[in-house]
Amino acid sequence: MAAPKKGRQGTQGRPGRTLALILIAIVALTGGMFASGHSTPRLGIDLAGGTSITLQAKNEPGQKNAINPTNMNTAVDIMNRRVNGLGVTEAEVQTQGDSNIIVNIPKGTNSEQAREQVGTTAKLYFRPVLTTEVSGGDPAASPSPSASSSASTGSDKDTDKDKATDKATSSASPSATSSTQGRAVTDALKADPTPSGSGSASSSPSASPSASTDPATAKLQAEYTALDCTKKTVRAKAGDGAKASDPTVACGQNSQGQWQKYILGPAEVEGTDVDKASALFDTQGAAGWKVTMDFTSKGAKKFASITGKLAQNQSPQNQFAIVLDGEVVSDPYVSQALTGGSAEISGSFKQQEAEDLANMLSYGALPLTFTEASVDTVTAALGGEQLEAGLIAGAIGLALVIIYLVAYYRGLSLIAIASLLVSAVMTYVIMSLLGPAIGFALNLPAVCGAIVAIGITADSFIVFFERIRDEIREGRTLRPAVERGWPRARRTILVSDFVSFLAAAVLFVVTVGKVQGFAFTLGLTTLLDVVVVFFFTKPLMTILARKKFFAEGHSWSGLDPKRLGVQPPLRRTRRVSAPVDTKEA
Amino acid sequence: MSKLGTLGARLHRGEIGYDFVGKRKLWYGISILITITAIVGLAVRGLNMGIEFQGGAVFTTERTSVSVSQAETYAEEASGHDAIVQKLGNGALRIQIAGIDTGKSDQIKQELAKDLKVNPEKINAALVGPSWGDQVANKAWQGLAIFLVLVVIYLAIAFEWRMAVAALVALIHDITITVGVYALVGFEVTPGTVIGLLTILGYSLYDTVVVFDSLKEQTKDITKQTRWTYSEIADRSINGTLVRSINTTVVALLPVGGLLFIGGGVLGAGMLNDISLSLFVGLAAGAYSSIFIATPLVADLKEREPQMKALRKRVLAKRAAAAAKGESLEAPVVDDGYDEDHEDADATPAVVGPRAQRAQPSSRGRGRGRPSGKRR
Repeated sequence: MAAPKKGRQGTQGRPGRTLALILIAIVALTGGMFASGHSTPRLGIDLAGGTSITLQAKNEPGQKNAINPTNMNTAVDIMNRRVNGLGVTEAEVQTQGDSNIIVNIPKGTNSEQAREQVGTTAKLYFRPVLTTEVSGGDPAASPSPSASSSASTGSDKDTDKDKATDKATSSASPSATSSTQGRAVTDALKADPTPSGSGSASSSPSASPSASTDPATAKLQAEYTALDCTKKTVRAKAGDGAKASDPTVACGQNSQGQWQKYILGPAEVEGTDVDKASALFDTQGAAGWKVTMDFTSKGAKKFASITGKLAQNQSPQNQFAIVLDGEVVSDPYVSQALTGGSAEISGSFKQQEAEDLANMLSYGALPLTFTEASVDTVTAALGGEQLEAGLIAGAIGLALVIIYLVAYYRGLSLIAIASLLVSAVMTYVIMSLLGPAIGFALNLPAVCGAIVAIGITADSFIVFFERIRDEIREGRTLRPAVERGWPRARRTILVSDFVSFLAAAVLFVVTVGKVQGFAFTLGLTTLLDVVVVFFFTKPLMTILARKKFFAEGHSWSGLDPKRLGVQPPLRRTRRVSAPVDTKEA
Repeated sequence: MSKLGTLGARLHRGEIGYDFVGKRKLWYGISILITITAIVGLAVRGLNMGIEFQGGAVFTTERTSVSVSQAETYAEEASGHDAIVQKLGNGALRIQIAGIDTGKSDQIKQELAKDLKVNPEKINAALVGPSWGDQVANKAWQGLAIFLVLVVIYLAIAFEWRMAVAALVALIHDITITVGVYALVGFEVTPGTVIGLLTILGYSLYDTVVVFDSLKEQTKDITKQTRWTYSEIADRSINGTLVRSINTTVVALLPVGGLLFIGGGVLGAGMLNDISLSLFVGLAAGAYSSIFIATPLVADLKEREPQMKALRKRVLAKRAAAAAKGESLEAPVVDDGYDEDHEDADATPAVVGPRAQRAQPSSRGRGRGRPSGKRR
């Protein structure tokens, strides 16, 4: 309850200063709005139209019947959360037919980015690196590949140590890998002495000694030899259809921007083991943007065990690859078991990339692969007339409210109307600014919500006015009446606004999509209500209470003691009984 | 409005007052009746769920010159459901209609082709799933449940558990009535409706809390006096906040009424109508329930407390004693009649300047000298 205290000091002592402050704030916000070039709130798809993307689920080899209603619904849910991020963008996701998903994105959203976000499968695996070399070009001419793996991984406390080890490793084994690749891979696949193979009996690629004759191994080797990661089409196909439990080939780009090819062991940790991911700017080191992940308890155990095993290996088999949708994003070295339950992926991420990746990791992998069937622009679902009619009707309703307030509160209605106006301007400006800031989009339900908010905002000063009038009825003059009425009114306003805000906060945290957008609007208007009442209505009232017009109870001031029914002292003699005593509670 | 102005004054002085708590049985009865009607309406007619909840069919036409609103009318005529029509970038129309299955979609396709004057072969029809899948709906329910638990805890701490219970009953009452009206009118339930309902939820509680706040304040030292019972004070606090309740409700209902009657009336059914109807009914019910249901319910529950029972006994005993002495101090209801007769005659000639107010009748200001300052 810091606000009331502040309010009391600020408003009672120097109402003028408080008023000036809030007016400056409004002017600054409005100026900011025009300066940023977003002078209208971004509208939702129902009011402004936008882009409609149709995605078609693709049948993958080895996964028959994968396209079923359950998977489709899961995909819709995941896409909804990805594209709605904060839940205020008002995007819509729904299934169409048996294998299509339509994603509608309101105008003004970066539709390119949204398309990438919704369609990406985001299958994330942590796989041990069995072998790697720079792809394409002459291996001998390339710099030492081990030096290329600058990305580091580990729980926070381990990071520094990791980096140190990275350096040590790269210098110690300058070119160990490129020349010995061929042998390394066969060794790895034969797998007996290397811990990465034998360590985990359950999931080792082909741990049996007979593996060397295994046709699958030979095939993998052949695939690896043929793999040319510099070609985009080849890259996209690398490791296609590989199961998590099989070794596979993959491509990845190293920090020098070269393409590197890998043979990777079976996945030890999966994207589903990631509990939460977030994008972070690394201020130490020069790593730039990175993505940190927290594992679930199961994932943390798995991660600790795999890093423990890998740490005992020689390069490159002490590396593991973070594979996203078949591509190696990062291939850090491991020097010791990482038990912190968290890891980070660093690469040459741009901010947007890091955020997108974190988003995808947090919200999970799509159970299906999708291709874009069509992209269309669509007009508003509700048509312009609906919005226009809404605005006209809202304006008429508002005019009625003003007429009512003027008729009932007379002069006081000036304060009421000014407060409503300030509240409206602030809501509008903040909504406009939130459009570019967090993708906030206003839809028709939110517009209606804002109209109801008129009632809630008005309630605050109605409570206040009624308190003041009650004080006057008890015989006080205006100035003490305002100061005595305020603390009680303030408490009522805070208690009831708290309930409203609680509703908004809970709905915002728990729900997704449109409900979240609504909760945001509700919370915003509730907060603004408190701000306006404390920093505008109250100080304005204090100032006006000094004006003769109000203080003397002019018959048009709304504070005319006669109209309020202050009882003249004359009546005391006649009416000493019941009604007077009923006042005592 | 001057009538309303003096109403405030007279309510304040306790000269007039409606016996809300005393006549609670009547209001409980009325509310139960309305609630039953709503539940029956819901059971018999069911809710007409929109495309966002139950899915439907989407028709994509070839390029056409028919306007969006015209196509909307055609689609609604052909199907009998609300339709959402969007124009695509290439001039084609996308028409979404709720509650259509495969069999019916062919028939509608033919009709649409005729109305829009396009080749039925060129209309592509597909079934769409709900954009508000089960998961979205479940999350909303989950959020609602958490919120209700938290709000009950909050009310129980800030006020007391009886008020939390009463607020919850009033809330359920409001939601039932609103949903019932929806079923009876047969409007389609869209996300807008749900959001309208959530708004009502917040508003209903908000309104109840304001009344409870005044009730709590007035009953703070209730056991230290023997003049009034809890129910009577509850009544006084409702009457004391009545002007606020009326004004707030009017101010909230006017713009929503504008949306409903002007916006909706001019344009016919639409999203605007859906939202404003649920808001209008819900806001009115919210104001009604906090006065007629929540507060009497608190009084009812409170009167069961031994403390309050004892107080009632003391108050009644004191009144009986006073009556025996021939004093006419109590029985405010009788006095109300008396005051009302005289009020209008008194008020007009009594011209009082601001100075005069200071010379207050000492009896009226009796509470003011006390540190507790009860009458603020």
